[in-house]
Amino acid sequence: MTEEPGTGSPTRLIVGPFNRVEGDLEVRLEIDGGAVSAAYVNSPLFRGFERILEGRAPLDALVVAPRICGICSVSQSHAAALALAGVQGLEAPRNGVLATNLMMATENIADHLTHFHLFFMPDFARSAYADRPWFAQVEERFKAAQGTSVRRALAARTELFHILGLLGGKWPHTLTIQPGGVARAVDSRDRVRLLAIVGAFHRFLETSLFGAPLDAVLALSSIEDLDHWRRHGPTGDFRLFLDIAEDLDLAHLGRAYDRFLSHGAYPSPDGGHLYRRGTFADGWDAPYDPGAVAEHHRFSRMAGQDRPHAPFAGSTVPDGADEEGYSWCKAPRLAGRPYETGAIARQLIDGHPLIRALVARDGANVQSRVVARLLEKARTTRAMEGWLRGIDLAGPWCVQGDMPTTAQAIGLTEAARGALGHWLRVEQGRIAGYQIIAPTTWNFSPRDLDGVPGPLEQALVGAPVQPGEHSPLSVQHIVRSFDPCMVCTVH
Amino acid sequence: MRNRPLSVLWLQSGGCGGCTTSMLCAESPDLLTSLETTGIRLLWHPSLSEETGAEVLALFDRILSGDEPLDVLCVEGSLLRGPNGTGRFHALAGTGRPTIDWVRDLAAMAEHLVAVGTCAAYGGVTAAGENITDACGLQYDGRQRGGALGSAFRSRSGLPVVNVAGCPTHPNWVTETLMLLADDGLAEGDLDAYQRPRFYADHLVHHGCPRNEYYEYKASAEKSSDLGCMMENMGCLGTQAHADCNTRLWNGEGSCTRGGYACINCTAPEFEEPGHPFQQTPKFAGIPIGLPTDMPKAWFVALASLAKAATPERVRRNATADRIVVPPSVRNTNKG
Repeated sequence: MTEEPGTGSPTRLIVGPFNRVEGDLEVRLEIDGGAVSAAYVNSPLFRGFERILEGRAPLDALVVAPRICGICSVSQSHAAALALAGVQGLEAPRNGVLATNLMMATENIADHLTHFHLFFMPDFARSAYADRPWFAQVEERFKAAQGTSVRRALAARTELFHILGLLGGKWPHTLTIQPGGVARAVDSRDRVRLLAIVGAFHRFLETSLFGAPLDAVLALSSIEDLDHWRRHGPTGDFRLFLDIAEDLDLAHLGRAYDRFLSHGAYPSPDGGHLYRRGTFADGWDAPYDPGAVAEHHRFSRMAGQDRPHAPFAGSTVPDGADEEGYSWCKAPRLAGRPYETGAIARQLIDGHPLIRALVARDGANVQSRVVARLLEKARTTRAMEGWLRGIDLAGPWCVQGDMPTTAQAIGLTEAARGALGHWLRVEQGRIAGYQIIAPTTWNFSPRDLDGVPGPLEQALVGAPVQPGEHSPLSVQHIVRSFDPCMVCTVH
Repeated sequence: MRNRPLSVLWLQSGGCGGCTTSMLCAESPDLLTSLETTGIRLLWHPSLSEETGAEVLALFDRILSGDEPLDVLCVEGSLLRGPNGTGRFHALAGTGRPTIDWVRDLAAMAEHLVAVGTCAAYGGVTAAGENITDACGLQYDGRQRGGALGSAFRSRSGLPVVNVAGCPTHPNWVTETLMLLADDGLAEGDLDAYQRPRFYADHLVHHGCPRNEYYEYKASAEKSSDLGCMMENMGCLGTQAHADCNTRLWNGEGSCTRGGYACINCTAPEFEEPGHPFQQTPKFAGIPIGLPTDMPKAWFVALASLAKAATPERVRRNATADRIVVPPSVRNTNKG
């Protein structure tokens, strides 16, 4: 399975099953001179949801699409509802938009929490770090499935999901989100209950994760501010992470292309998004044009390897006999180039000054990706409080419409891990085409028609590998810094 | 009493991971406390455990050689037999070997087999449509017994596969099944006709549904966000679905019908292909097809037409509103 890394000709290492990611993942590494010289990312599970959706009644997508992913379930539901709203020409009323935002935010914040506490931090509590000055603290707080912070986070997450219980009936796999809004109205009692749940989560962030008032987190706007927090800040888990990141130089680990994409998160009933839609590449902001998206199958085990596929004309025909493809994942490209997506892209494109500064200094890396997620948790929690107060208790929740026999539309939203799109074609009243591009499809894509590696494949190049390491820790940090969701990736 | 904790290995294949993420929401007590205090030890779980890669494969080796006793193998997600019987639609990362083969080998070493979720039990959504991955459950292929392990399979304990069906599973359907196994409290008679634990499958989703008064009068919802009964128009299968969702509740105070949408009978094999759009009740001559469980048709039709005629104005009007527009009248219930 593995060969000892050393000097001389490149050796190969296959890492898997790669856990504490959502789903199954295999990473093949070529190692030269104590560092990764090339990486190949394999998403080893194929289920075929795009094919499952074809031929069904369009509204069945609201049942099927969320089940692509038990982690980003509400996001999948939202993308499906937006695509259906597009073909039906529906616009959800204000309350429908706000209730959907609340459900989306709950899931996204909970995912960030799961990522930090259950998936990412436990790697620093491994015995390989026993000699570091911060180890005792990390072990106590973040030992996998045991640490005190892990337990506190699980409890906070469970309580936070009561929002989904109330608004969505359950999580995952709610069917509350409809093309015309939401199927469950909120009354005044529900609203105060929801405010109390958000308030309790707000308190968890302040007492455990940050150890400081949320306003202080929201005020972080420069690298100096962040350095000050690391040196003199409160003793929460955020500062502990900053300490580790400084000690291990995580800001210089896992840089990819520094090209970013965000579909825009949390639509405002008055237009626009809480976190802006757009792209950022080569140092410039630009609008996002979904028409410039195409998927390459060159190294996917899929038919159609010779050309790019625009999603509305896309196909999903797996080829189990193909030996050249090394992943079931397709390679989405925007104007022919790989893009990174996720909290760092959202906050960067939205213009968050601290994230802008961090990316300007060292790009997206293990440290800045994690910082972006933590800051976003604070920002989104604050936004939830505003949405709850913005609900019009006397207003409508859901509008109805007819299904056309022929139409097409895109549903664009942001899952915790980044840009999620559903390209829906309806013909003769049934689903004729349904192509899904999920965040980790972008981030963990294989090489494209030009042989250009996907963002993770690029981010792994240069990662140090210690002699005797079978599952290099640096590789684990980089992979988990993206918070991959493998079940979304291939779907 | 057991002399050591119940050891559990958890594998995922052709599913969405949602049964795990749901289980992380266990309450009273929380998941980790539930497991620790009831003598359940996770040997490895994809989301919770520290070990990755080679460390995990070493654990599989110890189990297969008999050095590490395995009390429960939990499988989440359906088992993929395709393409062409190769199982290559899911080769377990790091091994190049089909996950279905790993599951078969490890199943032979396990005291108990637990299918977590409808995918692992019967195939589930992954087996929908043309089922291009040839997905199936551990011991069922839809309603047919068989599946990845075959209809004759019995684990070392003598039990068939325990099917904790649901899409997703309620956190405590899973934890309570494991607790019962740790307590030697689950016998074959405790499983229903589809091998689901009867502690939750002997109930119907209809039990405790807050729309019961609307059901009694056949005062029906006509569109999303209406408060009325969703059986007549909206595709609700709560009167036929085996689960305790409306008495146990989800994520605090939730359930599908409380969330404003139809029960789609997700604990049943082949729920993924209902033969009609999920959110639409199929009808014959204007009468919904699909009777409440154990209800003779003639009686249902007679009662339904009587009930409809007797519907109070309050119930009729609220049924098609998104909030209570007519409250129940207040009266003195004291007698004498």
